[in-house]
Amino acid sequence: MEKQLAGKAITVNEEGYLTNFAQWDKSIGDAIANEVNIELTPRHWEVINYLQEEHKNEVALSIRRIGKSGIVDIKEFYALFPNAPLKTATKIAGIPKPASCI
Amino acid sequence: MKKLVILGAGTAGTMMANHLHHELDKKEWEIQIIDEREEHHYQPGYLFLPFDIYTPSDIIKTVKEFIPKGVNLLTAKIEKIDAANNTVILKDGNSILYDVLIIATGAKIAPEEIPGMKGKEWQKSVFDFYTFEGAFALRNKLRDWPGGRLVVHITEMPIKCPVAPLEFAFLADSFFKHKNIRNEVSITYVTPLSGAFTKPKATDALEHLLSEKNIEIESDFAIAEVDNDNKKIIDYGGRSIDFDLLVTVPTNKGDELMERSGLGDDLNYVPTNKATLQSLAFKNIFVLGDASNLPASKAGSVAHFEAEILTENIIRFIKGELLKEEFDGHANCFIETGNGKALLIDFNYTHEPVEGSFPFPGIGPLRLLKESRMNHMGKLAFKWIYWNVLLKGTHIPFVSATMQEAGKNFE
Repeated sequence: MEKQLAGKAITVNEEGYLTNFAQWDKSIGDAIANEVNIELTPRHWEVINYLQEEHKNEVALSIRRIGKSGIVDIKEFYALFPNAPLKTATKIAGIPKPASCI
Repeated sequence: MKKLVILGAGTAGTMMANHLHHELDKKEWEIQIIDEREEHHYQPGYLFLPFDIYTPSDIIKTVKEFIPKGVNLLTAKIEKIDAANNTVILKDGNSILYDVLIIATGAKIAPEEIPGMKGKEWQKSVFDFYTFEGAFALRNKLRDWPGGRLVVHITEMPIKCPVAPLEFAFLADSFFKHKNIRNEVSITYVTPLSGAFTKPKATDALEHLLSEKNIEIESDFAIAEVDNDNKKIIDYGGRSIDFDLLVTVPTNKGDELMERSGLGDDLNYVPTNKATLQSLAFKNIFVLGDASNLPASKAGSVAHFEAEILTENIIRFIKGELLKEEFDGHANCFIETGNGKALLIDFNYTHEPVEGSFPFPGIGPLRLLKESRMNHMGKLAFKWIYWNVLLKGTHIPFVSATMQEAGKNFE
């Protein structure tokens, strides 16, 4: 579906995840973060950039892997993106919600 | 003489030994299968042991009786795979050269991954049911447990048989009802996922059943530790859940052999081509069943479907032909829902479980994603099928290796 964010028209799925990463930029990230009441600090951006990089390399994302990444430990990951950090952080990063395997 | 070596004589390895025994020319090929265990366990039976539905004798047979004569079974510990030199090194120092290697070493629980899980309450009020020892200890516990807060918990995905913890919760509801102590028991289902299952339609159906059975669900729970003194589980966000009896599915990992051999990912699963089942690192290594990193369910049905496709690919590989990119992630699972009923789901990489009929489109007799007695009979019959048909690598009539779309209600 179409959605207006940061003054731009973007396409998202029913859960609000961008379906086309090409439409993402930092202002979109800020706008999504705003919707979930997170104000992005440089620390948030480090994590978001890492997630985007991993996604680009087709690495399956999991909380465990992020905890071992050296970028952020799990405790801090939760502090930065409360409740469901992986889901929230990937949404802000404009990448798909990680499909935890079946 | 050329040599094909299979590591692991569980469900996947045994099926492969039987398939290849029929297909390979014995004058040209020697088949060897290596496992340190002498017992073969019917792992789906672990679910029924805690509730006194199955006895140990339903679950345990020997490895030997399912390996065909003509396949060389070696009972030995494996130290390392030296893939660059096509060699398996055994713990006793002997080494085995192979032309083709099949890895079927499975997955197992690793409770030590979570602080406190294997603490002083382990097998006192904290149990697993993914091992024979765990399921058996839990059976003894449940026989005279007076009731209280039962927490059924999944640590992290992926796990073997992802529906098993749900089935455990459903069967527990039924078990306590029959013991007339359901009022004394609260059941909470705790999962790292956002809902009861990974796929939306099945999640809806299963969450409906959970609420019907008065089972609470706590989702998005990423466990940080088990607090043994206060009997609670705590997640990274600080949320905590009290228990009197915790039945957990610990982190599942592939065999440490993969770590020692440099062949695994961070959970010791072997990176594998999801359509051909060939290892990504070495062309003459193939991976079957729970040992791979495929984004498919870790389940016997998946290994069964994979085995049919892998057999063909091994033959092609030996002849120097292109591999078939055919495996579609097909899984087929019965879900026990208690009180003599079950659901059936049939799905693959791209198609989520939906309603419909199986295996005959429009006819059944099994119903997909709907509770029925017939599905339960199917689940119970499956034990016989496992021992007598599946392990022998016999094709199950009317059930194809790839998922069929007919008879399913896709939107």
